[in-house]
Amino acid sequence: MKKILIFGATSAIAEQCARIWAARGESLYLVARNDDRLKTIASDIEIRGASRVLSCRMDVNDMDQHAKLIDEAVAALGGIDVVLIAHGTLADQNSCERSVEETMMEIQTNALSSISLLTLTANHLETKRQGTIAIISSVAGDRGRASNYIYGAAKAMVTAFTSGLRQRLYKSDVAVVTIKPGFVDTPMTTGFQKGLMWVKPETVASKIVTAIDKRKAEVYIPKFWWVIMLVIKIIPNTIFQRLKL
Amino acid sequence: MFTRVVSGWGNYPKQEARIASPSSCSALQDLIAQEESLLARGMGRSYGDSANASVVVETSCNDHFLRFDEMSGRLTAESGITLREILKVVVPKGWFLPVTPGTSYVTLGGAIAGDVHGKNHHISGTFGEHVKSMTIAIGTGDILTVSPSENGDLFYSTCGGMGLTGIIIDATIQLIPIQTALIDQRTLKLDCIEAACEAFQENSNATYSVAWIDCLARGKHLGRSVLMLGEHSRSGGMYFDLKEPKTIPFNTPPSLLNKPAIKCFNHAYWHKAVHNQLQTPSLGAFFYPLDAVGSWNKLYGKPGFLQYQFVIPKEGGVANMRTLLTLIAESGQGSFLAVLKQFGQANANLLSFPFEGYTLALDFKVTESAIKTLHRLDEIVVRMGGRVYLSKDAVMRESTFKSMYPEWEAFEAVREKYRAIGKFSSAQSSRLGLA
Repeated sequence: MKKILIFGATSAIAEQCARIWAARGESLYLVARNDDRLKTIASDIEIRGASRVLSCRMDVNDMDQHAKLIDEAVAALGGIDVVLIAHGTLADQNSCERSVEETMMEIQTNALSSISLLTLTANHLETKRQGTIAIISSVAGDRGRASNYIYGAAKAMVTAFTSGLRQRLYKSDVAVVTIKPGFVDTPMTTGFQKGLMWVKPETVASKIVTAIDKRKAEVYIPKFWWVIMLVIKIIPNTIFQRLKL
Repeated sequence: MFTRVVSGWGNYPKQEARIASPSSCSALQDLIAQEESLLARGMGRSYGDSANASVVVETSCNDHFLRFDEMSGRLTAESGITLREILKVVVPKGWFLPVTPGTSYVTLGGAIAGDVHGKNHHISGTFGEHVKSMTIAIGTGDILTVSPSENGDLFYSTCGGMGLTGIIIDATIQLIPIQTALIDQRTLKLDCIEAACEAFQENSNATYSVAWIDCLARGKHLGRSVLMLGEHSRSGGMYFDLKEPKTIPFNTPPSLLNKPAIKCFNHAYWHKAVHNQLQTPSLGAFFYPLDAVGSWNKLYGKPGFLQYQFVIPKEGGVANMRTLLTLIAESGQGSFLAVLKQFGQANANLLSFPFEGYTLALDFKVTESAIKTLHRLDEIVVRMGGRVYLSKDAVMRESTFKSMYPEWEAFEAVREKYRAIGKFSSAQSSRLGLA
């Protein structure tokens, strides 16, 4: 039985991961901002077979709460085997462009809060010399594009940070899994016209759980995004700046 | 909101719809206030246009277990949960659905809205008869608790009400206890419709009974059937594994399901069956054989198919069934999977389909002549005092509906009372002349 701590537990992807873990009988500690939804999900996860479900309301942007909450989760679960950091927002690119404040908020939510959680959980697991930290980054972090570069920049920071963290923790036997989903059909992307490239959160979740089981380093979900992003990354800037992406 | 083309499981007819998926009750209430007209949509497994609407509220985010009492088998869950998800959790704990349709890929809300039935209708009635209570968002945005004793008129209109009374948020159902995850199945081969109907009558105490029927057989073999009887096994363990289906990713050329192919299939099915054979299939294999083939609806190709299910009264039912089967066999359009069953008593739900008699379900590839055949069958079924199942209908005429479902006026009165008129509507309800 694994002990799993999830941040952003009400996100569609994290919830589907929790359902898979519940069916396996793992113990879960769920953290999210929306209390009503968190309670609904916690009782659902318990009925689906989780050995234990604990939950705590927290806004990840209250960064001074992080250390205390992680201590509480460790104490309540009796240790931690897996951390999944899955919170995030997708703000409107256009309105961010016109507002420094909104841009900073987006960076705060999607990057800085994650960096804080990564640092604290990494330091804990490093002393235990075991465990896995998984975080949902994005293909958007592979190269900034005009349509989505603020979210992309935040995710790029997460990707670079976890790359270094993975090297640091290798000798302590702690795995760091960077997950890069493409287009996922979740409430975060309501309003987008969904097409063939879109996948369901449950599909993404089962691949995330497998990646965590196998202690993978970086995974693109679905895999074909690796090829797409490779192409996007090698386009020379002289051409790239003229493209509408 | 985004737009998408929606259709029922038959892939006919299709409609462009705006898709909403509210993630909370207050978001749902806002939506009800903003939109002129809308309709809840679950897995889209009704066959025709029951869940086609210009604005559909997808309930897929509303799919949580709320309460499950493992001692009493009382389960409360949100309406968007599928029966499949319910089974995965409750079967290993010794519980099963009191009534289940032939696929596990339907939502709880959809099962209530269609007041679906299963192989045990003659004993256990419809799904709605096992619903203890529900919460429903009505046309004003108010959220009401309904049960047979509380807002009873809304309860009996919502069970079988095709989503036209409001949006079901959650429901409490009573499960049945099981000792194993297996079924003791007995197969009977019956070489004409009379023998089949007699066998249903003789085995009316069997918990589950359903027959595959060869709709292309004619003459003395007209209505030859393979009847499957089932009881929950008492030994054999609780191991339960619903296999994920192999999917047919693309529409096959429509010519593939032609008459010779269907004839071959039916011939093989008949000759493969062994009279009086005893088997112990798993719950999945007994109740959901087609779930193992992911999107079998694509077998009919791009034009899609029409599913047709009618029930005719028991009195004179055998002779009437012979008349209808003759007509279907002569049309040469019968499907490769037709199902015959004897229903038990009707219930109090205003638009519920089943009543005591014989029911037949079959598919037709969508063609002009198939639609004509269905209209012709409709007329005969009306004259026989029968009716057609709304969850499968795509082409019925308004006048036919109103003679088949005389309670439609009472249904409209309840909708009026709870401000559902105009607010909750589907392509089907417009076609059938419901306001």
